[in-house]
Order: sequence, then structure tokens, then C-alpha cells
Amino acid sequence: MRYLPKSPAERAQMLAAIGVKSTEELFSSIPKKYRLTKPLNLPGPLSEAEIIGYFKERAAENSTGYSSFLGAGVYNHLRSVITDTIIQRGEFLTSYTPYQAEISQGTLQAIFEFQTLMCQLTGQEVANASMYDGSTATTEAVLMAERLTGRQRVLVARSLHPEYREVLRTYARNCGLTVEEIPCAKDGGLDAKALQSALRGDVAAVVVQSPNFFGVVEGVPGLADAVHASGALLIVAVAEGVSLGLLNPPAEADIVAMEGQSFGLAPSYGGPFVGVLATRDKFVRQLPGRLAGETTDTEGRRGFVLTLATREQHIRREKATSNICTNQALCALAATVHLTLLGKEGLREMALQNLSKAEFAVAELEKIPGVRRAFSGAFFNEFTVELPRSVKLVNAQLLREHIIGPYVLGSAYPELTKNALVCVTETTTRAQIEKFAAALKRILEQPL
Amino acid sequence: MAFPAEYRYTKEHEWVNVKDGVATVGITDYAQHELGDVVFVELPKVGSTVTTGKSFGTVESVKAVSEIYAPASGDVLEANPDLQAAPEKINTDPHGAAWLIKIKLSDPSEISKLLNAAAYEAYVAEKTKEASA
Repeated sequence: MRYLPKSPAERAQMLAAIGVKSTEELFSSIPKKYRLTKPLNLPGPLSEAEIIGYFKERAAENSTGYSSFLGAGVYNHLRSVITDTIIQRGEFLTSYTPYQAEISQGTLQAIFEFQTLMCQLTGQEVANASMYDGSTATTEAVLMAERLTGRQRVLVARSLHPEYREVLRTYARNCGLTVEEIPCAKDGGLDAKALQSALRGDVAAVVVQSPNFFGVVEGVPGLADAVHASGALLIVAVAEGVSLGLLNPPAEADIVAMEGQSFGLAPSYGGPFVGVLATRDKFVRQLPGRLAGETTDTEGRRGFVLTLATREQHIRREKATSNICTNQALCALAATVHLTLLGKEGLREMALQNLSKAEFAVAELEKIPGVRRAFSGAFFNEFTVELPRSVKLVNAQLLREHIIGPYVLGSAYPELTKNALVCVTETTTRAQIEKFAAALKRILEQPL
Repeated sequence: MAFPAEYRYTKEHEWVNVKDGVATVGITDYAQHELGDVVFVELPKVGSTVTTGKSFGTVESVKAVSEIYAPASGDVLEANPDLQAAPEKINTDPHGAAWLIKIKLSDPSEISKLLNAAAYEAYVAEKTKEASA
């Protein structure tokens, strides 16, 4: 599909064809009080030279020479130039929704491969062609569970990403869902007793993140047994996909909501992201989002098509599983290329490096007087440490030494102002970790 | 095309067969023929209620998705468990094995307002004539 501008003459021709005098008249059915009567508050148009100048200025704001220990849902991982080269091909970069299978086989096959990779990673049977991000995927998973169980109460781990919880609450407010939070236990994992006492026959779903927001790996199989005994569904959110290179896939979950940013998407300005929903075959009719399927053509050759489209709003608007019909096709393609380049062994090796470096960082930080790990549970590439003073103040000083400090847990958890969520990936070097530990030690030795 | 004489029919092409206050509901031979190969059926949960003229489920074929409307009001006693795995039964035995739901009628007198076999057959004949005109 091409995007072509229209001339005033063509506009006039189109209006004449449908018997309307002006474009304005097309909106006459919308009551006046809902119409925008002033121009949008946007800056005026720029010339080509001005646009290039603008972006050069923005690019010059980038600072180099910093090391980062910030994760919390956005992760810095190695990425290959091959990924960018492939996704920037015009056939992919400007392609539209591949409704017409006979001219879209490349796009459809790439989507199908993305779905296959996501199923392999999550241990689920079917995955959609992507959602906006991990937060909307998690919310759509909850809405799916509501439709499947006919129940409205949802239990959410307090250790689910704070922004995922916010998005869920925004939806819940207007669709009759009750969302209750389950605290974490001393080891940082979900408090099994609190879960048990909140689990009754009216719970649609239990949502846990693994590794959770504090970095702690949850025991998914055990949780699944407890949740299933009450007739509820278990939703597992995965914010750091690389963890699946080492951890068991959450196959016991009924729905997996994953953020795929770690697979080949740079954390620039905090995005873009790519969410994905994966589930069991028997729930596919309630799965929102696009699905590509494999089939054969009239001559028996393998081909790909969009399938089960009656779930989507362009076929049945009022009965659609979701009214978000946009997906992140290009980001999903980046993830597909990235994972294909890495392969099974590559992903495992990458994950192993994350874990080893995080373990090294824990050991270095725990040598500092007053610094201790806050939770004893197993971690992957993020862990929580308790500092003897405010993390915000410490971070301001670290920044002066060209170190982007850990996530300030107090900004989302008022009870944890002295807790820092430290992230270490394969991109973090040993020297950077040692420099961070030394700087932190020096800062904490200074009087307040 | 079959039009079982003991059944009653709607203009939306559902049939209903009443025995002892319990109505078995399905879609007609004509409906399955118009839909083509049925690939999916969505039915209400046992224990839920259906209301006359309101949609209680969907039948999806390779050509279209169609709502199924309740010919009468009542509580759902059974939903055909075989159709989830074998929706194509609707094409082979629409008036028999591929019944959709059984309902406990809240007002059995509603049934007399439905078309009898002869009236439905005439209605279908008219439809067919319109389509070929």
C-alpha cells in the first residue's frame, strides 16, 4: 500500500462524487460541543533543512562515556547492525497490514516466525503478532481471563512492574474489574500465604511477574497449582525476555504477557517497545491481536495468511477481543531477526553472562559497609540492595562520576526509599562494576 | 432440503423442538447450506439465561460469522459438548446430532408464535426465489 498525497482538485472530485460540499460537512453528525474549535496546540511546519537541524540538535544531547546500572523494565543489550539493516528495507519499513496474503508473503512469514519464537521462549502453544508493550499485554491478558472465567476479581503481585499495574488500573476503573495487590514475602517472592487467603472462587486471574520488579525469580509451577485449584488463571508477565535464555519457560501459566524490548530494541528515550501475548490453544478464541497462520495454496504450496480474524475489530467491532488493533510489526521483526541471529546457544550464552555479571556485582557491592541485599530470593540480572541512605541522593553524586545509578525503588514503593534496584547486563564490563562499587563506597563514607 | 414437521422455526433460521417444557434449539438445514463449512461454534454456559430474539451465540463458517438468536426465553440446561471439537457436524446433521442448546422454557406459549414447518418452507422458498431473481 502506498501513501500518496491528494491535490485540492482530487479532494474536490471526491467530495463531489459523494455529494458533500466540504470536508467539514463530513463531521456534521458530531455535536458542536465535542468539536475542536481552535487549531491543535502544535508547532508550525518545518522545512527539510530545519527538520534535519532539529534532529541533529537532539542527537547532540546524547552523552557518551556513561555506564548504566538502570534497568527496571528497559534493558540495554548487545544488538547487531544486521537487525537494523534488515528492518530498514523498504519492503518491511513501509509495509501496511498484510491483509492481502498474495502480495504479503514475506511480512506474513516474518510474523509467523515471530510467533513461533515467542511460543518456544514462553512454553505456550500460540502467540500473537505483538502488542504495544509489556504493560498493555499484561492488561489484555487480564481482560482475556475475565472473558474466559466470567469473574471480575483480579489479584496482582505488588512486585509487578509499577507502570504495568498503573495501565491495568486505568482499564479496570471503567470495566468493572476489582484489582487487589498481593505483597511479597521476606525473600522477595510472592507471599504464598497472602495469596492463599485472597484466593476464592471469584478470582479471574492472578498476575505475577518473573523475574519480578525487585529482580526475584518466582516459583511459577508452585503458584500455578495454587491458582488453578481455585479455578482462576495464572498470568505470568515477563519484563526481561533474556531471562528465558536460562530460566524454565513459564509453561504452567495460562497466559504469558511479555515485553520484547530486550530482543534487539535499543533503550532510546525509553522505547519503542514490543509486547506479546502467548497462551494455550484452547484459549485462542479469546486472544486479542493479529495472528498469522500457516496454510497451503490451491497448488499445495506452503503459504501464510492472517487467521482467526473474527476476534478482531475490523470484522466484528462490538464483539472484538480488543479495540487496540495496532501492533508493533517492525519491532516484532527486529526481535525476530535478533533472536534468529543469536540462536538458542547465543541466547543462553547472553543470559549466562547477565547472571554471572550480576553475581559479581552483588559480591562487590556487599563488601561495602552498610550495603546489603534486600531479598534472599534467586535473581537474574537485577537485584535489590538496601543502602544506609537515600538512593536519590546517592544517584545524584554517582551521575557526577558519569555513572547512571540504579532505579530508585522509593519512587514507586514509599516503603523502600533506601532500596536500589541494580541492573547489570552483558554490556556492563567488570571495570564498570568495580568503578561503580568504588564510587558508591566513597559516597557512603562521606558525611551527610 | 429437510423441514422436520414436528419442529418450529424462526425467520433467522433457528429450529426448536419442544418436549415436556424443554426446547432443543439448532440452526436449520437451509442455514447451514447458506453458511457453508462451519469451523467454530460459540455457545452460552449451562445455567445462563437466553431471551427471545436476543443473540445467545455465534456460528462461524469459512464465509461468515452469524449470530444465533433465541427462539424463546429460558434457562440453558445443556450446551452441545460435541460441537467444540466437531463444529462440522452442523453441516452433516443440523436437525439432529448438531443441536446447539437445550433450554427450560420460561413461557412455553411463546413457541406457538413461531413458524410451523410449512410456513418456514414457504418462507425459505421465497428467500431462494429472491436470491436467484
